[in-house]
Amino acid sequence: MDRRRFLAGTAVVALLPFDRAAATPDAMAEAIRKVLGGAAVREERVKLDMPPLIENGNTVPLTVSVESPMTVGDYVKAIHVFNEKNPQPNVFTAKLSARNGKAIVGTRIKLGDSQKIVAIAETSDGKFWSASADVIVTLAACLEEST
Amino acid sequence: MTGLRFGIVLAAVFGASLALAQGGSDKRRSGYRDMGAALQQMQDDDTANPGMLFVQQGAKLWEQRVGTADKSCADCHAAANVSMKGVAARYPAIPSGADKPIDLEGRINLCRVDNQKAPPLPPESQDMLALLAFVSRQSRGLPIAPPDDPRLAAYREQGAEIYARRQGQLNLSCAICHDDNAGKKLAGVTIPQAHPTGYPIYRLEWQGPGSLRRRLRNCLVGIRAEPYPAGAPEYVALELYLMDRAKGMILESPGVRP
Amino acid sequence: MANILVNAPKMAKRGDVIEIKALIMHPMETGFRPGPNGQIIPRNIIEHFTATWNDAEIFALEMSPAISANPFVSFFAVATESGTIRLRWTGDQGFAVEEQVAIAVE
Repeated sequence: MDRRRFLAGTAVVALLPFDRAAATPDAMAEAIRKVLGGAAVREERVKLDMPPLIENGNTVPLTVSVESPMTVGDYVKAIHVFNEKNPQPNVFTAKLSARNGKAIVGTRIKLGDSQKIVAIAETSDGKFWSASADVIVTLAACLEEST
Repeated sequence: MTGLRFGIVLAAVFGASLALAQGGSDKRRSGYRDMGAALQQMQDDDTANPGMLFVQQGAKLWEQRVGTADKSCADCHAAANVSMKGVAARYPAIPSGADKPIDLEGRINLCRVDNQKAPPLPPESQDMLALLAFVSRQSRGLPIAPPDDPRLAAYREQGAEIYARRQGQLNLSCAICHDDNAGKKLAGVTIPQAHPTGYPIYRLEWQGPGSLRRRLRNCLVGIRAEPYPAGAPEYVALELYLMDRAKGMILESPGVRP
Repeated sequence: MANILVNAPKMAKRGDVIEIKALIMHPMETGFRPGPNGQIIPRNIIEHFTATWNDAEIFALEMSPAISANPFVSFFAVATESGTIRLRWTGDQGFAVEEQVAIAVE
């Protein structure tokens, strides 16, 4: 590690409010375990749409769609989204029912760094389905001072 | 002209970007074209563009009576989609009876002080940005058309001089980034050509809207130069130069930028 | 009061699946950022978003500080009957606002 990179690294560490809990891949895994409650999850039926290269982490468009007939007998009950590097692992939980017709939810999220995002869908039969995306967050240039 | 009109029709028909309506051999690019598809879609869809929240608020302010004159913008200017059409494409300009150019914020505040007898709105305040967004929205799709006023030439020249002048601890000029190195990357972001096509913009970095002035101040801070004080004539001079440089490009307000 | 933009069709055929989109002006302050004075800016977020159709809940979203400022949400709904779609946002510092749109279903 050269000196410049080391200094840059210490500067970043100094800026982090490290008395706060930070999400980690472990914290995300723990948050996911809470939702699953021991059930198995299959990487099927869920689509997580995000731009692979993010120009600014403050507003990242994200759409989760789940293949489901969305009938009274067979629908998506919930969609959970998690991240592994923001201060908290939970991003959102959406509650759905057959009234939605389509299991598609869109919003915009904040991402402090390049990381993995996981979406998990729970269907009315109690099964869990997932998808994940690795996204790269680029740093903005020419930031103004926060005065 | 036919090409332009054709471009506008195309944009309307396909809901495609107005920024792409610009023709042929013109090498100028709106910052819109350097954004990824997701951000372009965010700007293009009025029901998803966060700048539209401020346009909506501006529409309410347009109707609100303020000041000791108890007048609203609408009391004098009636329907903004008629009276304000093309205004944002034209400013900065020298208002009648004055001898110095002012930008659109200046024009809004002149109206407030002279006609509404109300205090001026602070720069970058939410009400100012909302009115600015609402007025600018009325020029969306129109080409930037600086006024043909010979008195502006000296100010544009001053703006061009500032644009080309090295300043700050990084010893950079606007031109070094936005003319000589536009299209290349800086910290992972494409350096835009700096055409003021979308102001006021909803900038994701700000998590809110901001004016061209705020963006200019950002650039100055970015090159470690002392920003001009609020209200300094340098901003209007730079705005005049930039609008002239972007003459004929299509306004997209409210733009979305990273 | 609050600035809200809701987009939903004014008319639909019974059984159509319609998209509802909503934007609301809100800072979504995370509670993790230091302000200019070095002190952490207190958390101020919207925590819950719900949508009802003639008072029956059709969609809910639990939000976290990771939702962007000026939150956007889009979801779908089956057009069942004419009436009112009511959207409600609640959160920190007593934030509670509602917006409603009418829809005719034939």
